[in-house]
Order: sequence, then C-alpha cells, then structure tokens
Amino acid sequence: MNPLVQVLIYLVAAPLVGGLLAGWDRRISARMQARQGPPILQPFHDVLKLLQKENIVVHRSQNFYILFFLVLVIFTGGLFFAGADLLLVIFALTLAAIFFVLGAYKASSPYSFIGAERELIQMMAYEPMVLLTAIGMYMVSKSFSVSEIASHPTLLVVTLPGVFLGFLYTLEIKFRKSPFDLSCSHHAHQELVRGITTEFSGRTLAMIEIAHWYENVFLLGWIYLFFGSMPWLGVTVALLVFVFLILVDNVFARLKWEAMLKSAWVVTLVLGFGNILALALFSPSPAAPVAKAAPATLHAPAVVTPVPPPAAEPARRT
Amino acid sequence: MNLILTLIAFPFVVGAGLLWLRPDGLRKILVAGALLVVVGLSVALALVPAPLDLQNLPVGGHAISLGMLAVEILISLYLFYVGVRARHALIVLLVLAQAGLMTWFEFGPGAHAAGSQYLFVDQFSVIMALINGLVGGGICLYALGYMREYHEQAHREVPDRRPLFFALLFVFMGAMFGLVFANNLTWLLLFWEITTVCSFLLIGYTQTEEAKRNALRALVMNLSGGLAFALAIVWLQRQTGGVELQAMLHSPDKALVLLPAALLCFAGITKSAQLPFSSWLLGAMVAPTPVSALLHSSTMVKAGVYLVLRMAPVVTGTKVGLLVALVGAVTFVVGSFAAITCSDAKRVLAWSTVANLGLIVLCGGIGTAEAVWAGVLLIIFHAVAKCLLFLCVGVIEHKQHSRDIESMAGLIVSMPRVAVMMQIGMAGMFLAPFGMLISKWAVLKAVVDASPVLSVFVVFGSSATLFFWVKWMGKLVQVVAPPPRVPHELDLGESIALHGLAAATWLACLLFPLISTHLILPYVAGVYGAIGGPLSQGNITIMIIMMALVMLFPVTFLNRGRGVRVTDAYLGGANVRGSTHFRSTADSVQDVAIGNYYLSAILNEAWLARWGVISSAVLLAAMLLLPLL
Repeated sequence: MNPLVQVLIYLVAAPLVGGLLAGWDRRISARMQARQGPPILQPFHDVLKLLQKENIVVHRSQNFYILFFLVLVIFTGGLFFAGADLLLVIFALTLAAIFFVLGAYKASSPYSFIGAERELIQMMAYEPMVLLTAIGMYMVSKSFSVSEIASHPTLLVVTLPGVFLGFLYTLEIKFRKSPFDLSCSHHAHQELVRGITTEFSGRTLAMIEIAHWYENVFLLGWIYLFFGSMPWLGVTVALLVFVFLILVDNVFARLKWEAMLKSAWVVTLVLGFGNILALALFSPSPAAPVAKAAPATLHAPAVVTPVPPPAAEPARRT
Repeated sequence: MNLILTLIAFPFVVGAGLLWLRPDGLRKILVAGALLVVVGLSVALALVPAPLDLQNLPVGGHAISLGMLAVEILISLYLFYVGVRARHALIVLLVLAQAGLMTWFEFGPGAHAAGSQYLFVDQFSVIMALINGLVGGGICLYALGYMREYHEQAHREVPDRRPLFFALLFVFMGAMFGLVFANNLTWLLLFWEITTVCSFLLIGYTQTEEAKRNALRALVMNLSGGLAFALAIVWLQRQTGGVELQAMLHSPDKALVLLPAALLCFAGITKSAQLPFSSWLLGAMVAPTPVSALLHSSTMVKAGVYLVLRMAPVVTGTKVGLLVALVGAVTFVVGSFAAITCSDAKRVLAWSTVANLGLIVLCGGIGTAEAVWAGVLLIIFHAVAKCLLFLCVGVIEHKQHSRDIESMAGLIVSMPRVAVMMQIGMAGMFLAPFGMLISKWAVLKAVVDASPVLSVFVVFGSSATLFFWVKWMGKLVQVVAPPPRVPHELDLGESIALHGLAAATWLACLLFPLISTHLILPYVAGVYGAIGGPLSQGNITIMIIMMALVMLFPVTFLNRGRGVRVTDAYLGGANVRGSTHFRSTADSVQDVAIGNYYLSAILNEAWLARWGVISSAVLLAAMLLLPLL
C-alpha cells in the first residue's frame, strides 16, 4: 500500500477508532466496577457537545498551544503510519507534548501549573524507555524506519521481551492510567481538579480529547510493531494490551510522582537496558565493540519506501 | 595565508590598543570597527576555497617561534607570581613543572626537529573561526552597553577596569583564532595558555573574594590541562620526532601517538569543564555576563572540545576512546540532572553547557565519522543558542536585579522581546526540530552504531534536559498577575547582538543542511574518507516541514481572542482580586504563589556532583594509564 494512502486512512480512521476505544474503555471500566456504563458512542457525544460550548480562557494565547498540540500529534501519527524514522516520530511526539504543557503553563492557574509540572515529570519518566524501545528495534531490524521494522521477517518481541515489557510499563503513563494518572485523570478522584486541562474548555478541550484519540491509536500501532511479521497477532495483542491497561487502571491506586519516576527508571534500566545489553553482548552482529570506524553503516533509508508495510492495520480492522 | 595571520594578529593589536584607551566613546568606535574587520575576515575565510597553501610564512618561522617563546616565558613568570602571591602551592608547582618541561624540550639534547608547517586550515578550523568571529563579535558588541550599565548602575562597588576588560576580550578572541589554526603543537599550547590566563583574569574581574577564589580554581584546573598538553608535546617529539598536529593525526602507527592523544584529550577535558573539572566553569559565573557568554559559547570550552574532536581519528576504537566517551557520557547525565535542581538561571545554563559539552566529548571519544559529524554540529548550535541565552539572562539580571528563574514569571509581558528571544534560544537548545536536537539525533544514531551500551546515558540525559528547559520556558510564558512593561529593554549594542544571535540560531537550524554539505561533510570526508550524510535526505525534508509548521505558531497570535471569553483562573476558592488572591477557610484571603519543581526529594546537586567527580576521575585515571600498559 502506498504510504500516502496509509496516512490518509490514519487521518480519517484514527479519531473514529480512538473514540470507540475510549467508549470501550469507559464501558469495560464500568463493568469492572459493577456498573452499567455509558453507551459505546458516548465519547463522540461528549466531544460534539464540547464543540458547541462557550470557549472560556484565562489567557487568550493558551488555546493556540493546544491547537499546535493537536496538529503535532496528528503529524506524529502520520509520520509513524507513513513508515518514517522512529526517532523522528518520538521527537515529534515530544514536541507535541511540550506544546500541551506550555499551554497549561500559559493558563497560569495553580492547578494547571502543577498538572503541567507533573506531566513533565511523566515525560521524563517515559522518555528514556521510549527511546530505548526504538534503539532495541533498530538493533534487531538494523533500521530505524517504521516500515522496515514492520516488515522485518522475525517477531521482534522474541528478541526484545524486556523492551516490550518496559514499553508496556511506560504506556501506562502515556495513556494517563492509574497508577500514573498524575497530571490529569479521567476518574473523579483527582486532587488537582483536572490537573493540566483545568483551564481548558469547549472547543479546546475537545481538541485535547481528539488529540488523545490520535495518540492512543498511534501508541497501539507501536505495540503492533513488536509483532510486525504476524499482522493478526499484532492487532490482537494491541487490543489485549489496551484491555490490560484498563484492568491495571482499575486495580491500582495512584502513586506519588517519586514512586512513578523511580519505578519507571528502574524498569527502564532493568528490563529495557538489560535487554539491550544482552542483545549487544550476545548477538553475532557487529554491534558491541567500538572498534568499527563503520562509515557505511548509518545510511538511514529514505522515508518513502515502495515496500508496503501493514502498519495501518489496527486502525482499519477495529 | 595573510588572511589567517591577520585574523590571529589583528585582535591582539586591537586588544593592546584598547588597554590604553580610556574614553568610553572612543572605545565604542574602536571596538565596533575592529569587530567589523574581524567578522569580515572570518566570513571571507569561509568563502575562500580551502585548503590554502600554508607552507610559507611571510616572516621566518623561526623568528616567530622565538617571539612566541618569549611570550611563553612571560606568561610563566606572571603565573608564577600569581601563584606565589596567592600562596597557592599547586599553581606554583604546575607552572614550574610545565616551564621546566618546556625548557628541557626547547633547549635539551636532541630537541627541536625543524617544524616546516606552523599553521594550517581546514573546514573544521573555518567553522571554529566563524563561531569565534561571529558569536565572539556579538558578545563584544553586547559588552559595550552591558559594561557601562554594569559599572554605572548595577555594580557601582566594582572598580571600573573596562580598558583591561575589553583588551582581554580581544586577546581572548585572537588566541582562539590562533588555537584553531595552529598546526605546530607548541604554538597551539601557547594560545592554549593565553586563553587560560585570559579566563583567569576575566573570572577574577570584580576582585571580590569569591571571584578571586573561583579564578584561582579555574587557573589550577586549566594549568593541569596545560601540563598534560606539555607532556603530550614532549612525548610526541621523543617518539616521532615531530610536533605537528596534522602529522600526528596522520601517523601510520596509531599506537605510537595514543598516549599523546590521551594527554591532549585530558587537556581538552579540563578546558571544556568535563566532570572532575566542571567546578571551574560553574564558579566562572561570578564574572560579568559577557565573560560567561564568552567562556560558554565561542571560546574557552569550545577550545577543549575542538581538541578532543581533533583527536577522534586517533582514539576511535581504542580503550582510550571508550573512556573519553564514558567521561563525556557521565558528564552529560550528571550535568543534565544537576541543572534540574537549580533555580539560578546562570547556574542552570552552566550545567547545561557542561552537559552539552559532555555530549560533544562523547562524540569525540566514539570517534566514528558520524559521531564527529554530530559533534561539530553540536558545537555550532550550542555556541549560538547558549550565547543568546546568556546574553538574555544578563539583560534580565540588570532589569530585574535577580537571575532567579522563579522571578522570571510573566517575562513575556514585562520584557516581551527578551522573552521571545530566550524562547528561541531554548528551542534551539533542546526542542525538535531545531538545532541541538538534530545533532542529538545524530549522536544517538552514532552511539547506537558504535556501542549501544552508551546510549543509555544519552537517553536518560536528554530526558532530564527536557524537564529543566520546559519548566523554564513555562515560567517565561506564565502570567499570574500581569507585571508592568519594563521601559527601554535593550540598548543599541545589546539589541544588535541579541537580534543577530536570535537570527543566527534560526538560520543555523534552517540552513544546517547547507552547513553540513559545505563544511562538515568535507571535513569528515577528509579525515575518514567519503561518507554520506548521517541523516538521510528524506528525514531532513521532514525536519524542514516540521520546522515550517512550528514557525507558523507565532502566526496564530494574530488571531487573538476571537470568540473566547476571558475569565480568572480557578483557585479552589472565590477569586478576590483577579487570579492572584482567593477566599479561603474562615473568610481569610490567601494569595497565590506558584513555584517550579526542583525534584529535591530525589535529586541533590552536591551529591550528583560528588559522585560525578569520583566516577569520572576514576575513568580519567584509567584513560591516562591504559596507553602506558
């Protein structure tokens, strides 16, 4: 499939899939708590309602940051599903998140401020693991390109079990689920009011919501990459991971930021780095010694490759 | 040829002139004129097709060498005097050791193989010269207005020694030019020592007890680097019979030159304030801001990383290289985390400099073609962005009488121009798709290819940089109660320097593919043989698209407040006066105070620094001992 088509599918389908996932999230959570729960389509109704609400701000420019947050999240996902360089995708995602945080700083209320600071701590907690995940995938597939990783003939998860588990741990943070929903939470037990989103309303809040839908689909797409050679398994695991995240969300209470940061780093070092260390030491590839002058090894492939990666699958099938 | 000689000699001449020039107006004219010449010359140099023929000096090389020897002796005598007067045994010892070593080298038996080529130029020296000329020039221009305000308003208690100050700035600049063009290592060492002396005098400029103490500390550390340098020269001469940098780098027997290379790396590490030695750079903030900017961006520390990157082809793939890389990696992590714990703006910048230089040293230690490419790019981006940030902090410190980051809230309202330029500088320091991030990306790729294990340092360090930069950016845009607009934000010199540097930061990001293909890649290809760019064309295109996207951000501000209702922030109680006070329990009125996180529960600057020093000192000792075994 043409990468451009994949991107188009992502642009259209991701908010639909993301919204449905959000609906299931609420329904499954409700069932876990022995409640009935809202209809599956409730998130769409919520967003449509938000779009009609009055837009109230503390500072006029705070909404501009959120607009760019949304645009950059979509851009990030687009890069991912176009099969671009994985590191570039991470950098774009970080940039998007920074716009979100800056918007909250700009709003200048104590609650959004603390939310922003905590969001930054969360970013600091997951960023090393996310980068190590990309590095681990590179070490196995010899390429940072998403399309080449997706079409790698072996199951990446077999050689990267530690990295996979570590990534799963950070997904808990990225999805803003308990025990790590520090900066803002969907549940009503948030001592920070709504934390980072406290001062956003109406259309802008809807944008944040849609951005999260895009982001979630992209993150589940990344889970799929671990199983690139077996597309159906990949989609299944991605959905299972989503259910698992919901389960953890409902089982655990929220942790303090110190506990989050420390545990995330320990997981990164033990599982993620341990896995990479093992790869570097035991793989027959010329990865470990510094000895190579290796001038010819670093030509990242062009972004647009004729190989059709099936990476957009989870977006379409669900 | 003449161009290069002029470039080196001219700043010295101007410096000598400035030393005797007292009237402020005349100084302004001389400095501005001289800067025009320097900038013109360094740009001309970049446009002249390299390499130039440098075999023949117009003056007899030997005569110049004798003159240089005289300068060297004068410097030694002066430093000896400083050491004796401060009753600092270590300084005296270091000076004596180095002087003895060099005397033996110059006059001892079998000394002095005739060096044929004293200077040389390649793309890397051109890049360094451009940075030195443009960024250093901007700093001098800024210093004109800044130092007047410094003496006439902000710090009346400090004795006005501006002639000396400006003379030193120019001598510093000249020494830096000499340093990047020197091929004969004894010449290189002389310029190296001149920068050491200049930094010592500039750090101690205010002559307070703290300044004197910190200046001495900087001197000790840099002298130890100088001693290592002298040892490297002597060893190299005894082993290979020559003292030329190029001959050393192209030596057929790498093992033979490994010890001198390790010693030179050690010297580079002291000068670029890598970990066991980073305290001198942190102490250097007692000096007026232009000095900090000069030390941190265009000169001094860049001389250190310049030397380390030059050594890259020799140390690559050796244990020495790995240890150099580890020192850089440890410094990067420790510096980044230490920066989180500080609220003093200059201290944050200083730690960030230490960290970023660590990244460059890491590149030098790895020493593959890609790593060196990334390292050179880092030097460029870091020089412009860090200089811009220092100069902005200097302005803020004068206007607000504080350089605490917490006091910078609302700066976007009170000093909008400075705040926007700081945002540009910070974006250049860490944010995708700008400056440093491009090089960090390349560093990451180079590290993963060379030794994936080191990548763990890079990923943790860069997550920490993210934290302290963004919280600072947030502080600038956050407005609880709109502060009054500061009248007359910038004077002319400051304005030219800041706008120029902001534009340079911008342009360096936009034009980096050009810089890469015209300067960095030819240099790397010259050293390692032809390589393709470490970043593919497709990725660079995406970067540019992203950059264009982000540049649209200011455009949204044109559409201010259409269809929004402005209200007060939610404070958890009834707002009393706007968003600044709220009604709390028992009808009491509480005010709102918002402060950043410094993660003091899990991070401690002193602890970080202590363990950083211990671990890097062990690594350094191993680095120097290994080639001997």
